[in-house]
Amino acid sequence: MSRATRTWWKTAIGVALTALMLFPLYWMINVSFTQRPAIRRGDLFPRSFTLDNYAVVLHDQLPYLGTSLLIGFGTVLLTLLISAPAAYALSSLFVPGRRLFNFLLIVAQMVPAVVMALGFYTIYVQLGILDTIPGLIVADATIAIPFGVMLFATFMAGIPRELLQAAAVDGASSWATFRRIVLPISRNAAVTVALFAFLWAWSDFIFASTLNREGGRLRPITMGLYDYIGSQNQEWGPLMATAVVASIPTAILLVVAQRYVAAGVTAGAVKD
Amino acid sequence: MSQTTASMPGATKEHAPERRPKASRPRLRRRHVTGLIFAAPLIVYLLLFYAYPLAVNVSMSLRRFTRATYVTGEAPFAGADIYKEVLASPQFWPTVEQTAIFVVVSLVFQYTIGLALAVFFYRNFPLSTVLRGLFLVPWLLPIIVSATTWQWMMDADNGILNRFLGLFGVDPIWWLNADNSLWAVIIANIWLGIPFNLVILYSGLQNISKDLYEAAELDGAGPWRRFWSITFPLLRPVTAITLLLGFVYTLKVVDIIWIMTTGTGKSQTLATWAYGMAFGKGTSAVIKYSQASVVGTILLVIALVMGLVYLAVQRREED
Repeated sequence: MSRATRTWWKTAIGVALTALMLFPLYWMINVSFTQRPAIRRGDLFPRSFTLDNYAVVLHDQLPYLGTSLLIGFGTVLLTLLISAPAAYALSSLFVPGRRLFNFLLIVAQMVPAVVMALGFYTIYVQLGILDTIPGLIVADATIAIPFGVMLFATFMAGIPRELLQAAAVDGASSWATFRRIVLPISRNAAVTVALFAFLWAWSDFIFASTLNREGGRLRPITMGLYDYIGSQNQEWGPLMATAVVASIPTAILLVVAQRYVAAGVTAGAVKD
Repeated sequence: MSQTTASMPGATKEHAPERRPKASRPRLRRRHVTGLIFAAPLIVYLLLFYAYPLAVNVSMSLRRFTRATYVTGEAPFAGADIYKEVLASPQFWPTVEQTAIFVVVSLVFQYTIGLALAVFFYRNFPLSTVLRGLFLVPWLLPIIVSATTWQWMMDADNGILNRFLGLFGVDPIWWLNADNSLWAVIIANIWLGIPFNLVILYSGLQNISKDLYEAAELDGAGPWRRFWSITFPLLRPVTAITLLLGFVYTLKVVDIIWIMTTGTGKSQTLATWAYGMAFGKGTSAVIKYSQASVVGTILLVIALVMGLVYLAVQRREED
């Protein structure tokens, strides 16, 4: 076999494997475009095509989408505000107990969300901030902040020391160095952290379903979707259409920012 | 499994990055203060929004909370009583067993398939980068989206899965009923975990020197031999991290199971049990906060232990 034929076969197998892997997503999209009576027939493509399911979604789910955007951006902001300076301190300044921080941040990423939710629930009941957007943002940020600190710290540790020392010699304060040198250089890391913070907040189910169960329209899209699931007579058309709409941020991020995503997945888990 | 765990480089080593041999004392102290100021928001956040909720969780497991005492906040201290009750409950050991099956079977398949795909994609071919990128999609989607899609695909009467199996003469399987539900959620969870394993193992492969393969090829080692003699042994550190993180993530899975089966029947794991006892709607008339906190505390202890193991593995890698 010539080399060209060999790689051609690999591409063919690769396409087949990817198609198999992504089949559930195709199925979701397929059902979302199928008329209600035809859904149970299980056609391999939307033969009875309709946009009605999406009309239902626009009617039912728009407020939840807005809430989800708000929560997503809020979580990104909070995550960046806390993790970037902390990472600067841990990577470039003198902080006692760095090893303890490292351990705590690793454990923080391993604590099951359900355990956090139990604690948060009790605290939020006492504070009266159950079913509020700020409450959910604070909880959602717990998913991203340890990751953010670690990713920023890894990145900032790679900034040449000479650069920071030169700034110090010029009389720049730590704050000025951080703002004018460290932050601009860390732009890529910031994008990755922001991406994941947004995606995790957008996708969150456990915190939303415990801390913001009865927030009415102030609940995120995952709860809007959950309303459909919980109902007695599951309407699969609108359900799948909502699922498709809820997947849009993922799709956009993958198209626009795939390299940042890959950078985030491997961060820290694999060392050179 | 929708997270990745990051860690700081060299954080396990003794030295701080900028330690200089003869820093004068007052100067050193000022640098301490500056560092602490920058880290202050994080420290406050960790205390308020990690330590405090976790402490509340543990304290709830030691006091008897019911609906009434939950509101008044005057739950009587129960010591280890609730722990004993939970451990003695007829649900405890079956749930531990199901959790173990869920975790182990998920991990074995996620890892094996992820590794096979990583090796497959390792030799670049046309479109390989694009296809590899597409493999990430299931991992980035909201889990509730994937879970509902699987739920519909596994519908006994109209699901595509049974229809497909029907082509081979297999009778419809009631995927989501009590007895089969564990396998249904395992299948969906394997699917969810493949991307993570693929990406991490793929980048692990990239760190293996190409010279080794060339030398082995010159010595006449076939692809199979090369895999078992070079790839697999050299991937061991990455494998350890992947499986460790996979274990932690799989142990804490709630949403995929809850959405597909509400943790009914055999699909109940420790995490969904805790969730169901505290927040389950309709599944139990009595809300059992304290019992849920007991299970939560058990999960917390496992997470702590795994954090230590992670550090140990990381340190061994750095040496």
